[in-house]
Amino acid sequence: MTQERDPKKKPLSVDQKRYAEMVDKLSPKPPYLRNAALAFLFGGLVSVIGQLLTDFYRLVFNMSLQEAGSPASATVIFIASLLTGLGVFDKIARYAGAGLSVPVTGFANSMVSSALEFKREGLVLGVGSKMFILAGSVITFGVVTAFIIGLIYAIFVY
Amino acid sequence: MAVKVGNQTWQLMRPPVILETATVAGPLEGEGPLHADYDSIYADPVAGESSFEAAEREMMLNACFTALQKAGLAPSNIDVFLAGDLLNQTITSGFSAQELKIPYLGIYGACSSSAESLIIAAALVEAGFARLVLAAVSSHNSSAERQYRYPTEYGVHRKPTAQWTVTGAGAALVAAPDVAGRLDAAGRPGTGGRPDAAGRARTEASGASGAASTGTPGGSGTLPQITHVTIGKVNDFGIKDPLNMGAAMAPGAVDTLINHFADTGRGPDYYDLIATGDLGSFGHELVVRLAAERGGFTLSDNYQDCGVLIYDFDKQDVHAGGSGCACSALVTFGHLYHRMQRGELKRVLLCATGSLHSPTSVQQGNNIPVIAHAVSLEMTSQR
Repeated sequence: MTQERDPKKKPLSVDQKRYAEMVDKLSPKPPYLRNAALAFLFGGLVSVIGQLLTDFYRLVFNMSLQEAGSPASATVIFIASLLTGLGVFDKIARYAGAGLSVPVTGFANSMVSSALEFKREGLVLGVGSKMFILAGSVITFGVVTAFIIGLIYAIFVY
Repeated sequence: MAVKVGNQTWQLMRPPVILETATVAGPLEGEGPLHADYDSIYADPVAGESSFEAAEREMMLNACFTALQKAGLAPSNIDVFLAGDLLNQTITSGFSAQELKIPYLGIYGACSSSAESLIIAAALVEAGFARLVLAAVSSHNSSAERQYRYPTEYGVHRKPTAQWTVTGAGAALVAAPDVAGRLDAAGRPGTGGRPDAAGRARTEASGASGAASTGTPGGSGTLPQITHVTIGKVNDFGIKDPLNMGAAMAPGAVDTLINHFADTGRGPDYYDLIATGDLGSFGHELVVRLAAERGGFTLSDNYQDCGVLIYDFDKQDVHAGGSGCACSALVTFGHLYHRMQRGELKRVLLCATGSLHSPTSVQQGNNIPVIAHAVSLEMTSQR
């Protein structure tokens, strides 16, 4: 599989093209259906846990539905971070795939795993800066998108 | 003196021998099918050190010292230390050389470093610049993973073509044939033998004495000789995906094999075993196809890949197989070296492949440049 990123480069030669086709044809394909099914199950499981936690905070702490959302997602983040620290998260994610990486669990895992990985390079140049090597672009583009949406909202709604 | 035959091959007229080898393996490799061939197996990937990088260093040093100990030599007996690894600026090799205090030449051929170090060692010995050369390579799954891909605890689906970087290190002592003979006469411990089934170097210190070795004059008949080496060219086969190294490197291996056979006039049948370095199961399949298509020769059961041999695919979740400098080193310096000494294999061709990319070159959209070197190892006791 070739990447979409393609700077001004000389095109593939005939031999390279033929080889690329051969590789594409013969490459063992990921089990798409199984992966999707597992992602569906695990993603659903995370959502169910999130719902249970929301209800828990709503009923036990007498919070409104809106208020209960924040502690519920914080708890999910905590669980994902703890599992990452215990070295379990990556083993589950090998099967769960997008089921764990798309919800907030994936974001937590990307930050904690990076922070753990670069602990040995020190607090400032290691943990502090390298913590965002994976999550950084999510934050950047999240903020940019939010800004643009906010701008559209401000122009068209008001 | 060595002669150049054909375009890319050197024939060694007084073939240097591989006097002794040592391999140390990480925990996953230690559970693999070749566990009996390793000199030590680490239960902990950090090897009691403070970081994965320090652990890799410890492994390379352990392999070097074990090889020296098995040969009954001290670092001061060695003329040159050649080493390579996968980390930026080859720090494992540099720091190991600092501890060994042997004149050092660092090499980098990515995963082909095992063959590259043997080639340079053989050339230095043949030319008379060195009598004894210590060649070592290492790789570590976690230190490579964090440099080339993701943090180790990051959870993702891995592609079926992805390979698992082998944790471990291998060292080989390359010696001039007469040096090997003289060491034999001096009663070098463990000559010609291999560690027992447990694969522990320590247990054989009081084992077979040099006098027991029955070889041609010089005793080198019982040791694998480096008879031909083929130096590879760097090629771009148009593959960009670093998670499909088997596909990236397979045509490189075939290119070098074609040149090796053309230069030496040999065919694949000449060898009892042709082993590519770390192409994995998919790369293995591609090599067989490309060999027929581009080289016009058939690779049959005598062609295997170290990345396939090193793991048990049914029990170990390693996708397409092993990769890394240590992959070919552990299999060749451990398993294959022992099989040669037991007389099960007489002629082995190691064709170690390497991808000369970096994360930066991949991110900037460059294709993966590929190299492969071939080393012909032969037991020629009946001369």
